[in-house]
Amino acid sequence: MSGLEFILDGERAVAPAGSTLIRALSANGVETPTLCYLEHTSAPNVCRVCVVEVEGSRPLVPACSRLLEEGMVVSSDSSRVRHARKLVFEMLASSVDLSLVSEETGAWMREYDVDPGRFGPTLRTDGPAASMRPGHHERPDGLSFASVAQPPLIQDDLYVRDYAKCILCYQCVNACGPEAQNTFAISVAGRGFEARISTEFEIGLPDSACVYCGNCIAVCPTGALIPRTEFDLRASGGWAADRQSVTRTVCPYCGVGCNLELTVQDGAIVRVDSPLDHDVTSGNLCIKGRFGFSHVGAQPRSEPA
Amino acid sequence: MDLHFADAEATEAERAAVDRFMSAHASETGPTKAARLERPRSRERRDLLLPGLHALQAAIGWISHGALNYLGAAIAVPPADAYGVASFYSMFSLTPQAPNVLHVCDDIACRANGALEVVDECERVFGPEGSGDSVTWHRSPCLGRCDRAPALFVQRAGEDDFDHGPVHADLSGRAIDGLAELEGMNIDLGIERSATPQGQAEVRLLRRIVERIDPSSLEGYRANGGYAALHRAVEMGAESIRDLISESGLTGRGGAGFPTGLKWKMAAAEAAPRFVIANADESEPGTFKDRVLIEQDPFALIEALTIAGVSVGAEKGFIYLRGEYPVAGRRLEAALAAARDAGLLGRDLFGRGISFDIELRIGAGAYICGEETALFNSIEGYRGEPRNKPPYPTQVGLFGRPTVVNNVETLLNVLFIIMEGADEYRRLGTPTSPGTKVFSVSGHVAKPGVYEVPFGTPLQDLLALAGGMRKETGGMRNITSFGSVLLGGAAGTFLGPEALDLPLANEAAIERNASLGSGAVVVFDTETDMFEMVSRIAAFFRDESCGQCAPCRIGTVRQEELMVRVGSGFDSGGLIREVGRAMTDASICGLGQTASNAVVSALDLGLIGGDA
Ligand SMILES: Cc1cc2nc3c(=O)[nH]c(=O)nc-3n(C[C@H](O)[C@H](O)[C@H](O)COP(=O)(O)O)c2cc1C
Ligand code: SF4
Ligand code: SF4
Ligand code: SF4
Ligand code: FES
Ligand code: FES
Repeated sequence: MSGLEFILDGERAVAPAGSTLIRALSANGVETPTLCYLEHTSAPNVCRVCVVEVEGSRPLVPACSRLLEEGMVVSSDSSRVRHARKLVFEMLASSVDLSLVSEETGAWMREYDVDPGRFGPTLRTDGPAASMRPGHHERPDGLSFASVAQPPLIQDDLYVRDYAKCILCYQCVNACGPEAQNTFAISVAGRGFEARISTEFEIGLPDSACVYCGNCIAVCPTGALIPRTEFDLRASGGWAADRQSVTRTVCPYCGVGCNLELTVQDGAIVRVDSPLDHDVTSGNLCIKGRFGFSHVGAQPRSEPA
Repeated sequence: MDLHFADAEATEAERAAVDRFMSAHASETGPTKAARLERPRSRERRDLLLPGLHALQAAIGWISHGALNYLGAAIAVPPADAYGVASFYSMFSLTPQAPNVLHVCDDIACRANGALEVVDECERVFGPEGSGDSVTWHRSPCLGRCDRAPALFVQRAGEDDFDHGPVHADLSGRAIDGLAELEGMNIDLGIERSATPQGQAEVRLLRRIVERIDPSSLEGYRANGGYAALHRAVEMGAESIRDLISESGLTGRGGAGFPTGLKWKMAAAEAAPRFVIANADESEPGTFKDRVLIEQDPFALIEALTIAGVSVGAEKGFIYLRGEYPVAGRRLEAALAAARDAGLLGRDLFGRGISFDIELRIGAGAYICGEETALFNSIEGYRGEPRNKPPYPTQVGLFGRPTVVNNVETLLNVLFIIMEGADEYRRLGTPTSPGTKVFSVSGHVAKPGVYEVPFGTPLQDLLALAGGMRKETGGMRNITSFGSVLLGGAAGTFLGPEALDLPLANEAAIERNASLGSGAVVVFDTETDMFEMVSRIAAFFRDESCGQCAPCRIGTVRQEELMVRVGSGFDSGGLIREVGRAMTDASICGLGQTASNAVVSALDLGLIGGDA
């Protein structure tokens, strides 16, 4: 592949043709914050924390999905870029529980001096999103600011859907559908601020098409989708990253040869993943590989709430 | 993919509604021939999802889990996906509701004319919003009937929908006892308040309307010069048409002002199959011109879209009409059938081997579906979420194919240009905005309606045509003098008295940080509670955001919340401006990018905010 020349923050830069801006910037030593983007899936392009300024474009452009063009003039750190990123982070942080996002994201939020408290106290004012008619909502009172806070959905022993942490990145929907699993158990439902990840008519996961492959968990950037073991340990205060180690192994259940990453704490397997960049799995597993470890003896779990 | 359906059975009536719908579409090769080239899951007729949901809603009055499963199985769409689509639209109910649903407009132009009294009356007569066994009611954003404010749209199970206006507060009670009576009134409320006053030299698009030809008669249309443009276009050939349109300088009337000829050339340069689409989703608050143009002259749109198809090399066109335009829908359906019967749509037109047909698609209550890429998703049976651009529609559009989307008014100008030539077209207007523009004028003017004037006409002249300020009441009080105007709809900007000399042309508007947008002109007097109006606009964007991207999904919520603080003098608007800037800069589509225009312009003008 030939290289394309472009201007990055006032300096000449080169990156391979066919690069997205995020890769072109990274190749030139400039990193970009992301939330909805994963290297190995098609970019949903929805969180917009990755925006950069490109000369000739009125709005800012998403670095995760815009392709580099010869001669582009890109600013990754202009006041417009910093302002947009800061505000988008503030809007997200003021409406979603971001306590389990990656350390890198936390660092970006500090970099931009993100202060979600600027809006005031947040509260889910409108009741469950599913009960709201599209295009209708209660008038705000000016005292509290809407959030997506809601109780976690604990419907089985395998994983928990804690949508108070959902930034609506579409990754789980894509993983369940066209990108990996082809099961289409979940979709985005509703509209606007009431848009949410849901089964049809909000039925419970056990009644839905879900086959519990857990591939949605693997792509969730915020911990909204979380294995039951990890959820329970965190809830009881027993989750201790400093006592954990990660071991790679090959899944024993069938002959496909999926790589597993076992997170082990105090001698028990507390979480199973597959590397997102693994060429057999791309991070995807089946119910046995992802959840079968419970037979190996994890912590006893409480009954569904 | 094996579809899994949770146990929920469709009733006999629901199955019958879906079966009827499916058999009506069984023989279709339709748009999906191209779709199948693009999409691997070939069993699915996903593009039938939206019309299928309409069929259920219309027959049963709501869409149950069992019904959704049954429809999903028929067209091979997973139930979670079908639910995601159904729950996107405000005209579909996923819970049981009364068979008669009144959608009561409480948007800006209707508010200026007493809509809140109608809302109160509905609450008194029917109880809280959404309640009621035989009749229920909901507030609605602009219904595109601002010329007859306050307006009402009635959705009915098992019977035709209809719209009505003006509704008087004391009438809403009657309306409900006698829906039929209301419908009778709707049938011919005439066009007095909708059409341009006769005898105006500038009238081009509105000519046949002013002359009052019968919108149901193809013969009448032809006797008035209809279909001469298509014949001439076929003689000219595709490339010459495109050149002529470029030469005319015609620009899009849907809001963005893109050169039409260039758009057609770009699509024609891509490989077939291609599509052309008439964007008749018209949901920008304060805009109703496309409704009037279609209701009164439906054949003109069909002829113009056919010319676009011939010129771009498309064999299939779509008209995407907003769901709250039942009269326009019925008239278009009838006109399409008449054109097909007369051999003006179909295979081998005029014995020249040209094939072109048009399918009417009906929206279901979502402003965002007027955005062209959201419109593609809506037709394809996906959620009406805009797509990332680039690629542009002329490259990758409907079903992944090169597509031209044009506003209704843009297309109608094509007829004039073909018959009269580019020079004659340019004779009116300004060098950079040639031709005429149809404005929707509403609010506190004496004669709300559509007015066609040359680009560059001063705003005050347009308002004079509309009779100036009205004297009688707007709701419960008398109207005073001119206070402000909202130009371009909710996505537009407020202008004060100092802007009355503004020439209505794209370049002049941009100079004043405004835009003509869709051509909506909503006038308010000095006594209007502008805080209420601006709050309604903020609520509109919060309701209509598709929710896909964070800056708009959350920003529109924060904007409305912060408005309350601005109103109470608690905040001078600093943070609301910051939110606005982030939405403008970082949102995916034009909705989020313009969602703060009206609020910020109202702050700038001092219409809201005061001196906190
Ligand atoms: C939120 C939003 C809503 C829109 N609604 C409409 C509409 O109802 N009708 C329309 O013609 N264009 C609408 N547009 C503009 C279309 O995306 C598109 O630019 C237009 O249909 C192109 O036609 P034109 O070139 O003839 O103007 C909308 C754009 C946005 C961002
Ligand atoms: S566990 Fe698998 S099947 Fe179930 S929702 Fe997640 S991705 Fe879909
Ligand atoms: S649950 Fe997780 S993966 Fe799914 S949309 Fe929300 S944040 Fe994204
Ligand atoms: S700007 Fe708003 S309407 Fe447009 S894609 Fe984003 S959320 Fe949807
Ligand atoms: S990372 Fe680019 S939009 Fe989310
Ligand atoms: S119809 Fe009510 S504001 Fe347009």
